[in-house]
Amino acid sequence: MQNLGIDVLFKGTNFIRLLAGLFTAIRISLISVTLSILLGLAVGMLMTSRNKIWKTIFRIYLEIVRIMPQMVLLFVVYFGSTRVFGWNLSSEASAVVVFTFWGAAEMGDLVRGAIISIPKIQYESAAALGLLPVQTCLYVILPQTVRRLIPLSINLITRMIKTTSLVMMIGIVEVLKVAQQIIEANRRTSPNAAFGIFAVVFLLYFIICWPISRLAVYLERRWS
Amino acid sequence: MDFEVILSYLPLYEEALLLTMRIGWLGVGLALIFGLLGAAVVHLRLPVLRPLAVCYIELFRNTPLLVQLFFLYFALPKIGLHVPPDTCGTLGLGLLGGAYMAETFRSGLDNLPVIQSESAQSLGMNRMQTFRYVILPQAVSSSVPGIVANIIFLLKETSVFSTISLMDLMFTAKDLIGMYAKTLECLTLLVVFYLIMLLPVSLLGSFVERRLRHAEFGD
Repeated sequence: MQNLGIDVLFKGTNFIRLLAGLFTAIRISLISVTLSILLGLAVGMLMTSRNKIWKTIFRIYLEIVRIMPQMVLLFVVYFGSTRVFGWNLSSEASAVVVFTFWGAAEMGDLVRGAIISIPKIQYESAAALGLLPVQTCLYVILPQTVRRLIPLSINLITRMIKTTSLVMMIGIVEVLKVAQQIIEANRRTSPNAAFGIFAVVFLLYFIICWPISRLAVYLERRWS
Repeated sequence: MDFEVILSYLPLYEEALLLTMRIGWLGVGLALIFGLLGAAVVHLRLPVLRPLAVCYIELFRNTPLLVQLFFLYFALPKIGLHVPPDTCGTLGLGLLGGAYMAETFRSGLDNLPVIQSESAQSLGMNRMQTFRYVILPQAVSSSVPGIVANIIFLLKETSVFSTISLMDLMFTAKDLIGMYAKTLECLTLLVVFYLIMLLPVSLLGSFVERRLRHAEFGD
């Protein structure tokens, strides 16, 4: 194992640095997920409205998110928008903006799906009991949709975490970048370190994402 | 926005689009094969192979493509396996996609009513025949929406290929920005070319989904 870079991993603070990189990735994805869920709830409710203009706008929004790679969006925001509008946007802020833009659409679509899957009788019964539209939404529809949504939004978290690996392309030092730095720094003494270090990064992502996706599967089975 | 610049960049982007499409669609093809095999192995509960397939699916579904590509491209040569970048890209996309496709096919298989396989058995079909003629066609048609979503996802994921020095759309855009600093033109072209690549797939996908919903069996 010596020549495959496992020793490099525990040299100095290398392992701690890797974990710190992983933490950066997780922090960005948690911030984005929180914002996405909040915005996504609003987007989803607006998408079910019968207003033609809202509907068209959200259709286009959804289609853009569906077919534009997140990497392209990152470049457009980080390099493009700063150039066109002349503002200063840190790489981490652009990452959060892009992931929230993407996540809110995904979440919105899930919310819309959950809302329209609620049988019509629920609305009618609420109306018959004299509840206002706001009350119907708050006390009848939301509690039922939330239960269907939780497993799906947990899945969104793992997808967010996986997608944050892209942020190294706009200069954020996250786990993959740290891995590259460690490999470069030890190129002379341990030329084969790439194998060990990248294998560890691979496993780290798996260790983070796997329990979360298992939780989503478990909740889905339990609540359906 | 300088249109002369855009025109002069067009051939480079076209070339990159062809490369991206080639690797992307080859990867999708591989993914479909891996996915079908994986789902079949898991569904039929084949001994020995099943745990292996489950491990593969979980491992590749829970790690990012970028990390997988880095592993294939930078780590494998260290143990003597040299893979050229385009093979690496295709293989990486195929492995990642295979895991996603397997999940999609599997849920299609699992959601089929048991009565389908029971009826097939009572007609005297063996396990292989039941799977081939009764279960598989229905499962595939019910998993089409998932497959379409996966294909779009995989074609989008090709944008990380630039990191293993494949001259795809992303690489071309980055390279040109680095050389001539025409950021706006380069990024506009990038967005337009991804639209050209993915919009038809997305529209065709929605069309196929609607057609198939027509053909759904029962209620």
